[in-house]
Amino acid sequence: MILRSVINWPTRGWRSPFDELERIQREMDWLSEGLTGRPSTEFSAGVFPLVNVTEDKDNYYVRAELPGIKADKVDMSVTGNSLSIAGERKITPENGDYHRREREEGKFSRIISFPMQIDQSKVEAQASDGILTVVLPKSETEKPRQIAVKAA
Amino acid sequence: MTDSKSKTLQAKRKAEVTAPAEQTRPGPTFIPAVDIVETDQEVTVLADMPGVGTKDINIDLRDDMLTLVGNAASPEGENELDVFREYLTGKYARQFTLSHEIDQSKIGAEMKDGVLRLKLPKLEAAKPRKITVKVG
Repeated sequence: MILRSVINWPTRGWRSPFDELERIQREMDWLSEGLTGRPSTEFSAGVFPLVNVTEDKDNYYVRAELPGIKADKVDMSVTGNSLSIAGERKITPENGDYHRREREEGKFSRIISFPMQIDQSKVEAQASDGILTVVLPKSETEKPRQIAVKAA
Repeated sequence: MTDSKSKTLQAKRKAEVTAPAEQTRPGPTFIPAVDIVETDQEVTVLADMPGVGTKDINIDLRDDMLTLVGNAASPEGENELDVFREYLTGKYARQFTLSHEIDQSKIGAEMKDGVLRLKLPKLEAAKPRKITVKVG
């Protein structure tokens, strides 16, 4: 008991030594956010393509940067609450002498899960200027319902 | 991996420009990935600039300095809230010094699916001429 109260000193729990490290990291992130004005560590699963997910009342929006990839070359499927994106980027080799070759080709596939069921029949996707946008309507059954309070 | 067919694309954070001078517009500026190919006739520059439309690209060739600038407008609607964000959007900028004399009047640029294809034909004088060496 005495030992425990010593470890718990001063007030923070000591369940895991990593709690403290995580707290320090959060505080450092918060500090650098204040300096640069934007999130320092973007959340990333590290899987191509990188996506930005936004939402409004009715839909989720998934956007990915896929330069040089035609929309019909991307395979997309929706199941329940997840979206899978797969495809391949092919770069036709140019004739001539390469000075630089930085653009990369290859296959990709990724699955993104949402916290809500998706209305599969109404999912729409479009691509413009190398940005793929997928609009996923939230399922009607899971949308929050307004509850009217009756006056007694 | 040596086999290019089985290669999978790796997620990469876009490289940001670290210029000594600040941009006048706030926001990040990225370095687009490019391929540069040269033939006897022309130099072709291919640059990945997702989100940049035909109207948003600015190509400038002055002396030997080629400057590419593209503005990618933020595609999000007004009422959308971030769930998570893995990449940032902003401007693309890159500069190259060209070693060949370019015929400025014949430069052709095309923007397709976020990829810029810039054709820079060489001047007649700069094109190589075959010189046959006579056996003496």
